[in-house]
Amino acid sequence: MTLTKKIINSGDDVVDEMVEGLLLAHSGIVTSVPGSPRSIIARHGPRPGKVGMVIGGGSGHEPTFVGFVGKGLADAAAIGNVFASPPPDPILACAVAVNQGAGVLFCYGNYAGDVMNFDMAAEMAEMDGIEVRTVVTTDDVASAPRDQRHKRRGVAGNFFVFKAAGAACDLMLPLDEVVRVANLANDRTYTVGVGLSACSLPQTRRANFHLGDEEMEVGLGIHGEPGIIRQPLQTADAIVDDMLDRIFAEMNPQRGDRVAVLVNSLGSTTLMELYVMNRRVRQRLDALGVEVHATWVGPYCTSLEMAGASVTLMHLDDELTRLIDLPCDCAMFRAG
Amino acid sequence: MTYETPAFIAMFTAIARSMEENRDHLCALDGVIGDADHGIAMQQGFAAVDKALAALDAGQASPTDVFNTAAKSFLNAVGASSGPLYATAMMRAGASLKGKATASAQDVALLIPAMTKGISDRGKAQPGDKTMLDAWQTAADRVLALVEQGSPLAQVLTEAVAAAEAGAQSTIPMEAKLGRSARLGQRSVGHIDAGAASAALVIKAISESFG
Repeated sequence: MTLTKKIINSGDDVVDEMVEGLLLAHSGIVTSVPGSPRSIIARHGPRPGKVGMVIGGGSGHEPTFVGFVGKGLADAAAIGNVFASPPPDPILACAVAVNQGAGVLFCYGNYAGDVMNFDMAAEMAEMDGIEVRTVVTTDDVASAPRDQRHKRRGVAGNFFVFKAAGAACDLMLPLDEVVRVANLANDRTYTVGVGLSACSLPQTRRANFHLGDEEMEVGLGIHGEPGIIRQPLQTADAIVDDMLDRIFAEMNPQRGDRVAVLVNSLGSTTLMELYVMNRRVRQRLDALGVEVHATWVGPYCTSLEMAGASVTLMHLDDELTRLIDLPCDCAMFRAG
Repeated sequence: MTYETPAFIAMFTAIARSMEENRDHLCALDGVIGDADHGIAMQQGFAAVDKALAALDAGQASPTDVFNTAAKSFLNAVGASSGPLYATAMMRAGASLKGKATASAQDVALLIPAMTKGISDRGKAQPGDKTMLDAWQTAADRVLALVEQGSPLAQVLTEAVAAAEAGAQSTIPMEAKLGRSARLGQRSVGHIDAGAASAALVIKAISESFG
């Protein structure tokens, strides 16, 4: 089988060397917890009385999670090996580092491994007297039926949930309110993705699944988990139409509603293609009389070098609109 | 026959070697219905265990210390799903030997049910969910039945391996109920669960190291 090409030194060192480079590039914004290099913390996030927000998950999704640490967004991110949850220790180190007496929110995508490791870290933090509450993101429409929303994966819509919850923390809301906001944001965020080609782990450099030359997979996960249907490659407009039909069926948008839009690359799909997609997203929303309050286009939640894209809509209300608009300053994302 | 600390360190070395040899095979199995990283997690985890145990003073450490050291190093090297599951398994195995400088043949046999209980408690899977528990539980049930009958350790372990392999194979027709492949529903049918496949290899390595 063909090996993929990557610019790395060694598959085993790739995460730690990425962190090293990240901290050097963005030393004014982030640092790591001494003795726990995979616990990235914001230099200007935590402050007395503020709820600390810890996000995290496997590496290989950059700028998710490490890129979203900074004032106005997450206070810390604990990262694991490629596509693998971090163990409890770096998560606990984050919780201890950002705890300012107002409690800590754990917010991450809904995957069995992440849930077990974050729950263990939460138990350990509670033993240290730190109050921890958890909100898992479940925005991937294709990953379970609507009546089993709690089983869905968290994918690119993480970005909106983190943004809203991080803003709530920055506004010094108490922990109960931050949890309410994070749940509200998650409930109103919908993502559908489509994969065009596989990705490969740095340790194996082998494609982790196979798609035919003219095939695409609708609803695949951000680790290459198979999706709901494999079909012939469609035009950009047809792909976007299918994605939005699935989202609209749940969101039930009404004339005059407002949304935030994220058109996300899974890795190697180009900005050119994403903007072609965004054009269609806007045509469809305009036709429904839905106002686009904000749009982000680019790689926000990737799967290594996978080709493909996702579209996320956050169904805004006044509260979420304010939170999405609040400035933030992170290593790989800045707003306001 | 009794078993002391070096025997348990050797057991982990045997598991580490098996995971090294089977890394790409397990990744390939996982790639069919998962995210293709399972072999890496198992290889990295047990390599870290092997390294941590090499640094342990075998003259001072008890069998329980071996399992607790293994649990901590595995968990911190891996995270993922297998981290908490195997770490809990190892802690339960360590607890089953608590206070003993030497373990009897029966103690060794009962490690498999102890580890299974840890995996079951942490992961909350049921037999039939298409997870590693399908291999572990099948093996543990067989071990308990044979220990009850007073069978010799060699026979218990040999039959545990056969039961684990049968348990792993039994996941092929199952529809996944837990973990990443659960999102596939019907599409998970017809493929072995990679976690069950690696569990059978772990049990085989345990068996061979005491055989």
